[in-house]
Amino acid sequence: MSVEHLPDAKAREALTDLCAEVAEHPTRIAVLFPAAARRVARGAGPSGDPTGLHGPTVEDLVRVALLRTLTRALPAPDAAEEIHDLYEYGDADERRAVLYGLHHLDTALPEVASIVRGLLADALRTNDPRLIAAAAASPTQALSDDHSWRQAVLKCLFVEVPLSVVAGLDSRADPELARMCADFAHERSAAGRPVPDDALTLLDRFPEHRTET
Amino acid sequence: MRIFDPHVHMTSRTTADYRAMYDAGVRALVEPAFWMGQPRTGVSSFRDYFDGLVGWERFRASRFGIAHHCAIALNPKEANDPRLTGVLDLLPRYLAKDGVVAVGEVGFDSRTSEEEKAFRHQLELAREFELPVLVHTPHRDKIEGTRHTLRLVEESGIPPERVLVDHLNETTVAMVHASGCAMGFSIYPDTKMAPERMVRILSEWGTERILVDSAADWGHSDPLTTLYTGRAMLAAGFSEEDVDRVLWRNPVDFYARSGRLFPEGGATAGSTFEGNSLLRGERPEGDDR
Repeated sequence: MSVEHLPDAKAREALTDLCAEVAEHPTRIAVLFPAAARRVARGAGPSGDPTGLHGPTVEDLVRVALLRTLTRALPAPDAAEEIHDLYEYGDADERRAVLYGLHHLDTALPEVASIVRGLLADALRTNDPRLIAAAAASPTQALSDDHSWRQAVLKCLFVEVPLSVVAGLDSRADPELARMCADFAHERSAAGRPVPDDALTLLDRFPEHRTET
Repeated sequence: MRIFDPHVHMTSRTTADYRAMYDAGVRALVEPAFWMGQPRTGVSSFRDYFDGLVGWERFRASRFGIAHHCAIALNPKEANDPRLTGVLDLLPRYLAKDGVVAVGEVGFDSRTSEEEKAFRHQLELAREFELPVLVHTPHRDKIEGTRHTLRLVEESGIPPERVLVDHLNETTVAMVHASGCAMGFSIYPDTKMAPERMVRILSEWGTERILVDSAADWGHSDPLTTLYTGRAMLAAGFSEEDVDRVLWRNPVDFYARSGRLFPEGGATAGSTFEGNSLLRGERPEGDDR
């Protein structure tokens, strides 16, 4: 992580120590990754949001630094397995950090890409907006097929994750996504509930669907 | 009245309970790991349970304005099942987590050698992970079980102020008081310990090191017995200050020894966007570990 996000020299030193320990004994990450926030620092990251919904928090970035160290210490498939376990055993904060660090894995390897797709899908199945936001924001969304990616966007609308965080929104939004958004907006209106601004903004790009709402 | 329930099994409760607890003044709680009434048959059931305690339940509580923390352990009753001893190998991953503020519930159910082995092992883990310990005292043969518990705690070398011995009553309070451990009282609707009896114990022993919990679970129990105890204290002439010490400051002081407690709801408890500053890992109240 960029050191400017850490509050002080003590935190920078603590992170250096943790990274050195992971580099030397990669399996120690199982207990160092969960402990990283209290050992180094926590709080709002560059997005200014301490909940991690709008972007990674300081503790997310600290944990991502450990993931990067791990990817250098182990062959890519082994690192992917270990990161998979960190997610599987992780609480919501740890899982969010894993999601924010997935793009450091070498996804050119099919077995690694498969693990990454599995973790993205798991996060998008939850009802936790922080996990959904981190999965939707991951550059590894490039590995998702169009249907999965559209479902991710729709899930964001449902749980009120701002669409501004979604990776590939400008380049991948297509008429099918617009149709799904229009149906969603129609359903909300029929129920007498407000349509999120993000849905209307997206529909503005597809006027043929905008009129249906 | 602000309330910290130091022992309540929210997994077994409804969102209506969360709402009622918030309305009663509950703002933070600790949910220790225990058995589920229906015996588990494998280690993976525990994994799902622990994941729920640090994941979904924490999130659910945050939606109702309550900071959820947990304690992780293999409970005494299921320590007797050979299919479940592998749970002990799972514990380090969970004991390293934020929001895990103690090892617990550990202790004795029937005082078997298997229970003692698991208890000793987990006291050792508490030392390694620098965590307080929440000890369940048995319902049967309670006096001897509590004595045995205090002996193991002393042998472990863990400072007594880092150990909460729970489910106490009139017959076991004196020995735990003498040990220097924190004293927990679970207040139930009909049996075991009632608010009026609790008030008499507080009158006799004072408010230092005494914690009151509901221990509410899937059985006949009530997550508002902490509130009823606070009211009974006021009716008996205790001050608001006394009530705050027993229902808030004592449990905060005890679990803050983990260095991982955020009773007002930290970043891990679904905090709001505004009003949060950049915090270092350690909180001031955790400096004594």
